[in-house]
Amino acid sequence: MLTDITLGQYYPGKSVIHRLDPRTKILGALVYIVAVFLAAEPVSYIAATSFLFLVIAFSGLPFLLVFKSIKPLWVIILLTMSIHLFTGQGEVIWTWQFLSVTREGLALGIKMSLRLVLLLMISSVLTFTTSPIVLTDGIEALLKPFKRFGVPAHELAMMMTIALRFIPTLLEETDRIMKAQTARGADFASGNLLKRAQNLLPILVPLFISAFRRADELATAMEARCYRGGEGRTRMHELSYRWQDGAAGAAVASLMAVIAFLKWGAAV
Amino acid sequence: MSIKIDNVSYTYMKKTPYERTALNEVSLTIEKGEYVAVIGHTGSGKSTLMQHFNGLLNPDSGSVRVDGIDINAKGEQAKSARGRVGMVFQYPEHQIFAETVYEDIAFGPRNKGFSEEEAEKQVRAAMKFVGLDYESYAKRSPFQLSGGQMRRVAIAGVVAMAPDYLILDEPSAGLDPSSRDSIFQEISRVYKKREIAVILVTHSMEEAAQYADRLLVLAKGKIAVDGKTHEVFKSQRDMLKSVGVDVPQTVKLADVLREQGLAIEADVIKPSELVRQIIKAKGWR
Ligand SMILES: Nc1ncnc2c1ncn2[C@@H]1O[C@H](COP(=O)(O)OP(=O)(O)OP(=O)(O)O)[C@@H](O)[C@H]1O
Ligand SMILES: [Mg+2]
Repeated sequence: MLTDITLGQYYPGKSVIHRLDPRTKILGALVYIVAVFLAAEPVSYIAATSFLFLVIAFSGLPFLLVFKSIKPLWVIILLTMSIHLFTGQGEVIWTWQFLSVTREGLALGIKMSLRLVLLLMISSVLTFTTSPIVLTDGIEALLKPFKRFGVPAHELAMMMTIALRFIPTLLEETDRIMKAQTARGADFASGNLLKRAQNLLPILVPLFISAFRRADELATAMEARCYRGGEGRTRMHELSYRWQDGAAGAAVASLMAVIAFLKWGAAV
Repeated sequence: MSIKIDNVSYTYMKKTPYERTALNEVSLTIEKGEYVAVIGHTGSGKSTLMQHFNGLLNPDSGSVRVDGIDINAKGEQAKSARGRVGMVFQYPEHQIFAETVYEDIAFGPRNKGFSEEEAEKQVRAAMKFVGLDYESYAKRSPFQLSGGQMRRVAIAGVVAMAPDYLILDEPSAGLDPSSRDSIFQEISRVYKKREIAVILVTHSMEEAAQYADRLLVLAKGKIAVDGKTHEVFKSQRDMLKSVGVDVPQTVKLADVLREQGLAIEADVIKPSELVRQIIKAKGWR
């Protein structure tokens, strides 16, 4: 069913990672991603990978669940791997017909695909351990300093909150409408492309109508409760840092320091 | 000729923290010609059970047979068996999509392989069934109708498929009393004329008492009570209360009259029955 999609879903829990401040997690994930892209030595990759494993262990998420988040992009990961594998220059270690694999190509392929895997996994740890509402709160807080340069921080966050809030609702709605039309004998799986596109109409029309109706109702409900944008708005849950955030920040910073040292420090 | 459910269990969102068992080893048989009301607290699994009757949900374990055919199997036979079960969803007006009322109602019959002539006949009959005048509504856009009229169009869309088993999931929610009564009267008429089975999911004990011969009470994904409507409302009141279901107003009124010393029999559940009992007790006729 449609509702089984895991990407960007929240996995409730009470672990240290779950309870970190969203700003710490967002910035931490960003720094981690930069670190992964800076990583050059094999040691750096080992460090980055172990760091991820440590985070997953602390978060109490099932490892397989996090690993599954690479599923939507595995084709790209595989492609990255094979392109680097077969186009590298240098010492040839294996040939078959016109294909040849070089030591350098192999190393580069592993590096590149490992980067993607780590990137996807850390992002999914972020979304698995942070509820969408808290996540947007964090983004809003982080964007606030840029308000002076005309970034509409509150409006962006509100739009994201609403979009995130309605994704599951729309998926459910789609599911419901599909079932209702199936019960009326609709067939979505057979016929040529044009026929299939036509067969989608009984789903798309009610779906759009309901989406517009919901948008309309939401707008009315917000106005009825005097919503006037972000000016002077206070919040029920103020974000605040705790000592765990300091510890987490220090951990990411050390990872970054190690990787940066291995890249530049060793040469000096 | 029956729908037979055997040991069916179903769990939503399996293997996630949101996992929720909605049906737990449910078995039951509904014969053609029965009028069954399904009641139960909100979230007790009524809609989930209904969606098993025509194969919209596949049971995790157990089997569903319509006229002896396993409807979760592959192939034409299973498909045609599923087609014999018509389903009116909760808020069916949200599934309307076509440009005219006619087109929307004809969608089901056409999918079922009816010829254009037969389809038109079915549409006419179905519109009459729900009390919409063919001449004045057939060519109109369904989106310009009122909520109650849209509900009628949606119900007609299912009735036009001439199902042998008609499932209605809270068809009267949000309808005005007179539309509600006229729809129920038409359902009863078709039910008697074509000898179909009607399965009515409802939160109104009065509707259940008035129309159904058999009552099915669901609680936490299990069948708590299954019996004749009169019997259940008469002798299972404590059980009903414990699963969060009430008895019809008529039954409560009969209680009050009995307290006042009127000789009212115990199995009174419909207003008409109560009136007859009062007349008898008072010796008015
Ligand atoms: N799509 C779904 N995903 C997850 N859980 C669901 C879904 N649909 C229903 N459930 C859960 O399954 C249980 C049974 O739901 P169901 O819709 O069958 O109840 P119901 O008896 O029809 O209630 P109502 O009277 O409110 O219509 C509920 O606890 C509900 O939370
Ligand atoms: Mg329901």
